[in-house]
Amino acid sequence: MSGQVSRFRAASAEAVLNERLIAAVRHTADLLVSKREAAVSSMPDYETARARVKKMRLEALDHIEENVSRFAAQAQKAGAVVHHAADASEASAIAVGIATGKGVRSAVKTKSMTSEEAGLNEALEDSGIEVTETDLGEFIIQLAGEKPSHIMAPAIHKNRSEVADLFARKTGAEPGLGVEGLVAHARKVLRKKFLEAELGITGANFAVAETGTVVIVTNEGNGRMCTTLPPLQIVLLGIDKIVPELADLPELLMLLTRSASGQPISSYVSMTTGPALKGEEEGPRELHIILMDNGRRKMVRGPYREMANCLHCGACLSHCPVYRAVGGHAYGSVYSGPMGSVLSPLLFGKKDHAGLPWACTLCGRCAEICPASIPLPDYLRKLRGEVTEPGLKAGLASRLAANPALYLLGIKMMRRLLASGGRFVPLMENWKVARHPPQPGAGPGLRDRVPGGGK
Amino acid sequence: MARRAALFLTCAVDALYPSVGLDAAGVLERLGVEVVFRNEQTCCGQPWINSGDPENGRRHALAFLATHEKEEAVVMLSSSCADTVRNAYPALFDDDPALCARFRALAGRTWEFCEYIHKVLGVEQFPAHPSPGPVTYHSSCRTLRGTGLRGVVEKYLEAMMGAHFVPLPENDRCCGFGGSFSVKFPELSGRIMEDKLRNIASTGARTVASLDLSCLTHLKGGAQKKGSPEIRFVHLAELMREALAGDAG
Repeated sequence: MSGQVSRFRAASAEAVLNERLIAAVRHTADLLVSKREAAVSSMPDYETARARVKKMRLEALDHIEENVSRFAAQAQKAGAVVHHAADASEASAIAVGIATGKGVRSAVKTKSMTSEEAGLNEALEDSGIEVTETDLGEFIIQLAGEKPSHIMAPAIHKNRSEVADLFARKTGAEPGLGVEGLVAHARKVLRKKFLEAELGITGANFAVAETGTVVIVTNEGNGRMCTTLPPLQIVLLGIDKIVPELADLPELLMLLTRSASGQPISSYVSMTTGPALKGEEEGPRELHIILMDNGRRKMVRGPYREMANCLHCGACLSHCPVYRAVGGHAYGSVYSGPMGSVLSPLLFGKKDHAGLPWACTLCGRCAEICPASIPLPDYLRKLRGEVTEPGLKAGLASRLAANPALYLLGIKMMRRLLASGGRFVPLMENWKVARHPPQPGAGPGLRDRVPGGGK
Repeated sequence: MARRAALFLTCAVDALYPSVGLDAAGVLERLGVEVVFRNEQTCCGQPWINSGDPENGRRHALAFLATHEKEEAVVMLSSSCADTVRNAYPALFDDDPALCARFRALAGRTWEFCEYIHKVLGVEQFPAHPSPGPVTYHSSCRTLRGTGLRGVVEKYLEAMMGAHFVPLPENDRCCGFGGSFSVKFPELSGRIMEDKLRNIASTGARTVASLDLSCLTHLKGGAQKKGSPEIRFVHLAELMREALAGDAG
């Protein structure tokens, strides 16, 4: 287990030295933090809305199976084909089956962390299908052959000049373009892909059980292109995204976009209910929805239930002192930051992600700003005990520290060791990586006021 | 009726800053509080509780209860220890309603030092410090988000230090200490600390006050390692004691 803690230590130690990476992450994270702050403080009833959303989400979790079946039934009624996937590999296998069955050669895709979780791009590419990410951030990441490092701002770790170099190298853009030039270039490249694609793939920010509707939130209009141009569409949806009623959406969207990007509402909110009807010119002829579990049902039944309420806004990442210092890749998981440190061990295995619950100072800022009021620090504390079971040493240390006489003896020994430079103090070598050893201050203290105290 | 409070030192005071216990007792006594001290007090158990180890955590909670349950008030020299007693202890016993209720009752009588002075004693002002110098305030995360004390230390420091008090930029951000985090990920902890030290330097302060000595130990060690100019890192009680002593003439 301590192997995973060492892994994160090595990854974080490397990341903190990467000045270029950290400058890029900070620049955007700080921008997102201040935009969120402005958007939330201009909303007088923010805390009330937050409390209502928490209540609504918790109630929805109580009826998660009903919501899943109702969504599936309504989506089917609207003409969609609904699939159920128990895990990530089943989800991507279903998608690959649909695409190859239709002879698809090229697909366009919106940003979807669920598809990252399912390894969908790799699975499609292995079957010879070209997948093009159409969200600008994801497009950058794909060109660079990297993974997203922030669930909302996937290319947060890259600065403008890196993107300009990348576009010039990989897509024949004029070198040294500014932001507007880069956007215009990406638009030109992507427009062609949109028109060619036989398949559009999307994730979902929400799905509505009442109507079988899939909701995606974007700022670039690429989502709308993916859901209207290609004749075939696949939606990959985590079952936690299903909300009971259409009426639940406004408040959720309001909290999501304010928390994610500080916008009262995103530029686009695309809602798809079934494929195009007869006589309709736009929209896919065929719509498949894959409902993926991948550990979510188990999570909802257990002590980390509220994690399923996560809106995936990414605010906890941008506000986290650890994330801000290392970026997302150091976490070694699809999901990073506080939400990722809870979600990764729960969904992808505690053994493989045992370092992440420790990668936190318990500063509590994430819980303070989480729009879904998820008790992230409490969950991280609890998970620590599960990924690293307290051993005999912890029990012995606790027994010593809880015994008044032994505690005072230990304090005395510690003071003596520190007075001579801190040799033999447990973990002092690690402490000294960043700090001088503490020097014990002089007494007298309160214990000396007590007859026999401190002795 | 005179108030009575039991002072809880914390491990940091015992191991590194014994005189701060006397400073705090002196301040409370000057403010008319009868200070009692239970010499059998040990560690609040936070290291175990924060490691997801409720079993060992309960041992410390029960010891704390046995030592302090009869007190009118418990005053703690750390926001993070006070937060542990108030918010973590009751949750450790949620399967035992009677015991949980006793912990809740005790939580209601447990205060962080400055919080007690502000909320219980209702102290609005402190006298001017006899030798004020440039000072800033590091608010620990558990002061902000555990006990939730905001704006109070700043007010007291302004009263004591006048225009010498300079607020710390980005004071809602973690200093990177995080208990075991500081030794599990020392490079990362040190990197987060660098920002805090840079912010401290930007204020021109020669003294940094806080309610949490563990953050200060981390920051002081970092400043020393960086060879930064000598800065005094103090618990607020020390400045209060000096101000009150100066007031006495």
